Amino acid sequence: MSDTTPHAATPSPAEGPAVGQDEWVARHAERRLARGGLLGTVEARLRTIPWWAWLALFVAAMCLVPAVESSGYVRRVAFDTVLYMLLALGLNIVVGWGGLLDLGYVALYGVGAYTYAFIASDQFGVHLPTLVAVPVTVIVGAIVGLLLGLPSRRLTGDYLAIVTLFFLQLFQTLTTNGDSAFGHDITGGPNGILNVDPFHLFGHDLAVQHAGVFAVSYFYVALGVFAVVYVALRFVNLSRTGRAWRALREDPLAAETMGMPVNWLKLLSFSFGAAVAALTGTLFAALNASVFPLTFYFTLLITVYVMVILGGSGSQAGVVLGALIVGPLLEVLRDPDKSRWVFVLAVAAGLALSYRLSRRLAAILAATIGFGFAVHEVAGAIDSRWVAGQHATGLGGSIAHWVVVPAHLAGWVPPVSYVGLISAALLLTIVDPRVRQVLLVPTLYLAAFVWENVMLADPDATRYIVLGVILIALMIVRPNGLLGERRVEIV
Amino acid sequence: MDTFIQLTVDALTLGSVYALIALGYTLVYGVLKLLNFAHGDVFMVGSFIGFGVLQLLGGTSNPAVPVWVLLTLVTLAAMAGCAGLGVAIERFAYRPLRDAPRIAPLISALGVSFFLANSMQLLFGAAPRNYDTFALSNGALYLKGFDVGDVRVPLLRVITIGSAFVLMILLWLLVNRTRTGKAMRATSFDREAAAMMGIDIDRVIVFTFVLGSALAGAAGVMFALRVPTQVSIGFVAGLKGFTAAVIGGIGSIPGAMAGGLLLGFAESYTQGYVSTKWSDLVVFSILVAFMIFRPQGLFGRADIRKV
Repeated sequence: MSDTTPHAATPSPAEGPAVGQDEWVARHAERRLARGGLLGTVEARLRTIPWWAWLALFVAAMCLVPAVESSGYVRRVAFDTVLYMLLALGLNIVVGWGGLLDLGYVALYGVGAYTYAFIASDQFGVHLPTLVAVPVTVIVGAIVGLLLGLPSRRLTGDYLAIVTLFFLQLFQTLTTNGDSAFGHDITGGPNGILNVDPFHLFGHDLAVQHAGVFAVSYFYVALGVFAVVYVALRFVNLSRTGRAWRALREDPLAAETMGMPVNWLKLLSFSFGAAVAALTGTLFAALNASVFPLTFYFTLLITVYVMVILGGSGSQAGVVLGALIVGPLLEVLRDPDKSRWVFVLAVAAGLALSYRLSRRLAAILAATIGFGFAVHEVAGAIDSRWVAGQHATGLGGSIAHWVVVPAHLAGWVPPVSYVGLISAALLLTIVDPRVRQVLLVPTLYLAAFVWENVMLADPDATRYIVLGVILIALMIVRPNGLLGERRVEIV
Repeated sequence: MDTFIQLTVDALTLGSVYALIALGYTLVYGVLKLLNFAHGDVFMVGSFIGFGVLQLLGGTSNPAVPVWVLLTLVTLAAMAGCAGLGVAIERFAYRPLRDAPRIAPLISALGVSFFLANSMQLLFGAAPRNYDTFALSNGALYLKGFDVGDVRVPLLRVITIGSAFVLMILLWLLVNRTRTGKAMRATSFDREAAAMMGIDIDRVIVFTFVLGSALAGAAGVMFALRVPTQVSIGFVAGLKGFTAAVIGGIGSIPGAMAGGLLLGFAESYTQGYVSTKWSDLVVFSILVAFMIFRPQGLFGRADIRKV
C-alpha cells in the first residue's frame, strides 16, 4: 500500500452530502484509493476537467475526421460509429439507469427507421418535411416504447427480457411479411422500402454522395444530434426522474416503499430509450435511403449491448467510449491483414495485463515464438504441403514463416482445432498458475493457427464470435466495464 | 377433416419438441432462477451433432447399421454431446456469476448464445442440413404407419412423439421419485437452506444442466427429423421453448409439457388454417395474454413476496 494514498482527508461537515442522500454512498468516491506517482497525478488532473469540456473536445476531434481522411469508406465508418454512439446512449437509459433488460431495443430503432420511411417516401406517397417527420418519428417511437414497456408493469426482469425479445422477433415477422398484410403492401416485405427521402434542411437536400465519395453533411448532422442528445440525457440523469431511475435499479422494492411510482418510472425509461433509438433510426433511413427488416435483428442487439457493457453501463461517457471501440473494431476485423494485427495486439495486451512486465512474460513470449518455429520446421520436414499455404504480404507474410498454414485444409481440421482451442482456453482458467504458464505456450500457438486458418476465412462469423467472447469475459472479469462504477453494496 | 388430422399429428410433433426445450428452461430456472438464453443454441448444436453421427454411420440412404439402431445412436450422441456442452456453459459462463446481480448472468447468457450460434456458423456454414426422411432407400420408418381416415400417419412421427413422452415421464419420475430429484426440488425451493441441509448445490446445478441440455439434444434430433436443420434455428426455437415454459408456469415440469403442446397446437393450426406467416403473431399474443392475465402460468404458483 506504499504507493497509494487516500484520495482526500475527511471533509468538513459543511461539504457533506445534500439532504436525502445517503452519506456512506455519497462519500464512496472519497474512500477509494487513488493511484500514486506520476500516473496518479495525471489521473487526478484529468478528473478535474468538467464533462462539457470533454464533450466539446471529443466533438471537435470527431469533426476533424473528414478533414484528415478523405476516403469515403472511413467517413462512412465514422458516420456509423456516431449512430452506434447514439444507440448506446439510448440503451444506457434502459439498461444502465433503469436496470431493465430490454432485448427489443433494436426493434425500436427499426420502428424509427420504418416510421420515417412511411412518412417520407413514395411508399404511401407521403413526403413530410424533415423538420416535421423527425419529431413525429421520435414521438411514435416513444409511444411504441411505452406500449412495449406495458407488460413490464407486472413483470420482473426475466419475464421482461423474454417479452421484449419476442417483440424483436415479432418486429421481424411483421416487417418481413408486411408486404401482404390484408392484401396491402405496407412494409415492402423482405425487399424493404426504397427511395426514402433524404434530410432536407435549410432549403437543401442533404446529399449522400458528393463527387462519388460519401458526403460529410450527414456525418455533421449526426454529430450535432449526438451532442444534443448527450447533453439532454446528462440533464435527465441529474433530474428527479434520473435519480428515481437509479433508485429503481438498485432496489425496486425499496423505491416503491419510498413512494416512487415504480411502474411509471419503468415505462418512462423504456420510452426515453425508444425515443433515442427512433431518432437514430431516422438518420439511418435517410442516409441509406432504404430500410430492410434484417438490419434490426439479434446481431445488432448484441453489438449495442457489447458497447454498453464494455464502456460501463450507467456511464454516458463510458458507453460512448464503448461504441467508439466496438464500431471501428468490427470494421477492422473485416480485413484479414488488419485482423491479424488485432489478434497480435489483443494477445500482447492480454498477456501484459495478466503478467505485467515481468520475466515470466518474457519467458512465455520467447517460448511461444520458439515453439512456433519448431512446430513449423517439423511440419515442413514431414510434408512440405503442410506449410505451403498462401504467403501474403505484410504481417501475414511474416506470420506464415511461424504458424503452420497448410495449402489445403482437411475437412476435419477446422472443427477439431477450434473446439480444441476453446477447450484449452477454458481449461487454462481453472488450472494451477504454474501449469497455466506451461500450457499457455501451445494454447497461444493453437490460437494463432485457428485464427490464421479457420477464423480469417469467415470474417463475418469471426467478428461476432469476438463480440460474444468479449461479452462473457466482461461480465465475469469486469462487469462495470471501462468507465462504469462498481456497484456500491450496503449490507 | 384430413387436414385436421394431419395438422394434429404435426402439432403433436412440434409440441413435443417445444415441450422438451421448455423443460430445459424450466429446470434451470427452477434451480438457478436464471433464464438460460443459450438453451436454444444448445438445441441447435444437438441437431448438428446428430447429423454428424448420421454421416459417420453412412447416412440415411446407406446406413451401416439397422435404422432402429441408427436412430437410437444419433439421439444418444446428441444428448451426450449437449449434456457436455451444458456442463461447460454452466461451469465457465454462469458459475462465476452466481452471486452477481441478477442481470449479469442474463447478459453472459446472451453472449454464450451469440458465441455458439456464430461458432457453428464459422465451422459449418449457413447451409441447411437434411437428415433425409428415411424415405429414399430405407423407407421402413416413413412409408410404414397406420391410417386414420384417409390420412397416413408415418411411423417416424409416432416414434418421435412417443419417445418425447417417454423422456418426459422419465424426467418426472427422476425429479419426483429419486433422491437426486428431491435434492433438486429442495435447491429450487430455497438454495441456501438446501445447502445448510448438506445438499451439494454445485452437483445439483450441474446435474440440472446435464438433464436440461440432454433433453434439448434429443429435441434437436427430433426437430431435424421433421425439417432440415440450420444454424439459425436456435434463436427462434429457444424463444418458443421459453414461451412454452412461461405459459405453463416457469419452474413447473407438467407446466412445461402443457405449454409446449399448447404452443405446438397454436402454431400448427394457425399455419394450417390461417397463414404460415402469422403464427409468430399468434404465439406472441398468447404470451402477452398470459403475462397480463395469468403471469404465474398454467401450473405455476402465484409469487408471494415477503418483504
